[in-house]
Amino acid sequence: MSKGPQQVTIAGVELEFWDSGTGTPILFLHGGDGIEGVEEFVDHLGGQYRVITPSHPGFGGSSLPDHYSDVSDLGFFYLDLIDHLKLRDIIVVGASFGAWIAADMATKNTSRIKGLVLAGAVGAKFSDRRTREIRDLFSMPRQDVDQWLVSTPERQQIDRTEWAEETLVRAARNHESFALFAWSPTLYDPKLKHRLHRIDVPTQVIWGEQDRVVPVEYGRRIAEGIAQAQFEVTPGAGHYVHRDDPKRFAASIDAFAARLKPTE
Amino acid sequence: MQTWYFSEQSYPDAWDAPETPKITSPSRLVDPKRAHQHLQNFIEECELADQLGLNIMVNEHHAAYTCMSVSCMTTLALLAGRTKNARLLALGIPILNRLDPMRIAEEIAYVDVLSGGRLEVGLVKGSPFEPYVSNTNTARGMERYWEAHDLIVAALTTQDGSFSWEGKYFNYRNVNVIPRCYQEPTPQIWVTTLGSTGTALEAARLDYVLGITANAQGARSAYPKYREEYRRVHKREADLDRFAFLGYCGIARDEATAWDRAERVLKFVEVSERVSPNFLHPPGYFTPVDAGRMLRGGKAGTHRLKVLPDGTPMSPKPVAREYMLNGVMFAGTPDQVYDQLETIFHSVGGFGHFLFQPAGTLTTDEVRDSIELFAKEVQPRLDRLTAQHRAKMTEPA
Repeated sequence: MSKGPQQVTIAGVELEFWDSGTGTPILFLHGGDGIEGVEEFVDHLGGQYRVITPSHPGFGGSSLPDHYSDVSDLGFFYLDLIDHLKLRDIIVVGASFGAWIAADMATKNTSRIKGLVLAGAVGAKFSDRRTREIRDLFSMPRQDVDQWLVSTPERQQIDRTEWAEETLVRAARNHESFALFAWSPTLYDPKLKHRLHRIDVPTQVIWGEQDRVVPVEYGRRIAEGIAQAQFEVTPGAGHYVHRDDPKRFAASIDAFAARLKPTE
Repeated sequence: MQTWYFSEQSYPDAWDAPETPKITSPSRLVDPKRAHQHLQNFIEECELADQLGLNIMVNEHHAAYTCMSVSCMTTLALLAGRTKNARLLALGIPILNRLDPMRIAEEIAYVDVLSGGRLEVGLVKGSPFEPYVSNTNTARGMERYWEAHDLIVAALTTQDGSFSWEGKYFNYRNVNVIPRCYQEPTPQIWVTTLGSTGTALEAARLDYVLGITANAQGARSAYPKYREEYRRVHKREADLDRFAFLGYCGIARDEATAWDRAERVLKFVEVSERVSPNFLHPPGYFTPVDAGRMLRGGKAGTHRLKVLPDGTPMSPKPVAREYMLNGVMFAGTPDQVYDQLETIFHSVGGFGHFLFQPAGTLTTDEVRDSIELFAKEVQPRLDRLTAQHRAKMTEPA
């Protein structure tokens, strides 16, 4: 993550992405607040993987095609991206909103995907119609969202008073694009639950024990829907395991990758 | 000058409750019998306004103690039968939030016919907290707004049978509005803005009335842009009737009573601004630049200017006199109210509509007295003011 971002135009999207390390390729799909804050866990992977971390269309420095309006658009886009980069046997890692995109991709086509890591995923609906099981991250001022994402107190409050306007605009645009894809139904696609069975690759479902956006039980339901899934709870971590405990998150990915090796 | 009596049809009895007054407020705090009486009073106030030569404006909000009207057109359909001469303005129908533009077009045409062509309609964006009830997505909201607008106008102006609409946000097999509008081609359309250039320019191009609500600074920024664009597109000066200004009003025969009324009218503003910050920033409602600034400030804001003309901040709980200095409140005896209106009129280059809001926690007798005083003692002078202004506009340079 030390190098600056690269730009590539694929399927009408001018994409900003980082590409670092060598080895088994990992595509990391970020949460609804943007790519910021993933460096730590990527650094913990220690350059032993080729890690590709894009800003989703509509986020960061990536453009947003006019016709994009749901997570399925992003799922198709990332399948185009891995085709374009000619990646094979990749591990797709998604956190929160990014895990929803990763799951959507894998329900469509896993021919280039060797394994899937879904951390604190949103995107499925299991509860009845009067019960909201995913915290509504839009019914609060944007600056209040941070405290729900992580459990570590010093990461919950972000002081933006000294931020440059460009950085603030980027954060505001991220939140707007997040809402474009996830405002209603609030952070889920009613179809995803019924399509999880199509995910036919080994999957590690990782959940923060202290997740206050989607409870651990919800994570268990996701794992139950995927035939080759294992469920793992990270003690002490909140919704963003990669941010609360980047070292352990990297270790989990490492262990998962090791488990996949015999199938190569 | 056209003056429009306006009340939000509030339920003030619940204003002192600790709950947020909007969105998640429990309806059990509303006594239906009290609500019935408030609404009856409002209808009778409208009848009085009509008899005294004023027009009537209504609005709508959802899940709010501050506004029980949930549909402009429901109220106006009733008023069409209870008034004779008043023009009836919906300001407005929040088309960013409403789910079915075809239904909006149908209701507009119906009320226009019912009222014999007395309807005017604002097609507005709506307040930021509204999408938390309607659930409409505010990301790309303005694109959806303009598609709804285009569809409504097409529905109201097409007279040769149905047409299909296969848009980005709306799909209809057959758009067809029967009866068609009484007024040709449509009732006058209004839009509102807090001062945005984009809205002012678009309104000028479309020859719509531009409404500014309780925000003199917004008028000073938007009206000149409208005037310039209007001149460029239509090759003539925009008449005063293209500009509307809304103000709160505390009026009485003596100053002490007037200022007491002004404070109670402002209670509405105070309660309105108590809406939970959770519902003030729907993503995409503000531009990324504005939303970014709010993110830095860490606080949800209000559109009402909180700084006095000399640069000093208003008090945490502003009083009527402060809002008066900012051109939001017009308060005092009829002479004083007129003088304040004349000052604002000149400072923004003139306007032809005054949206007159005297309600708050006033009793219906006090509201009726305010309507009467305004109609009899302020209105004739406003008419002279606009006549003089128009005469000046037509003088050779």
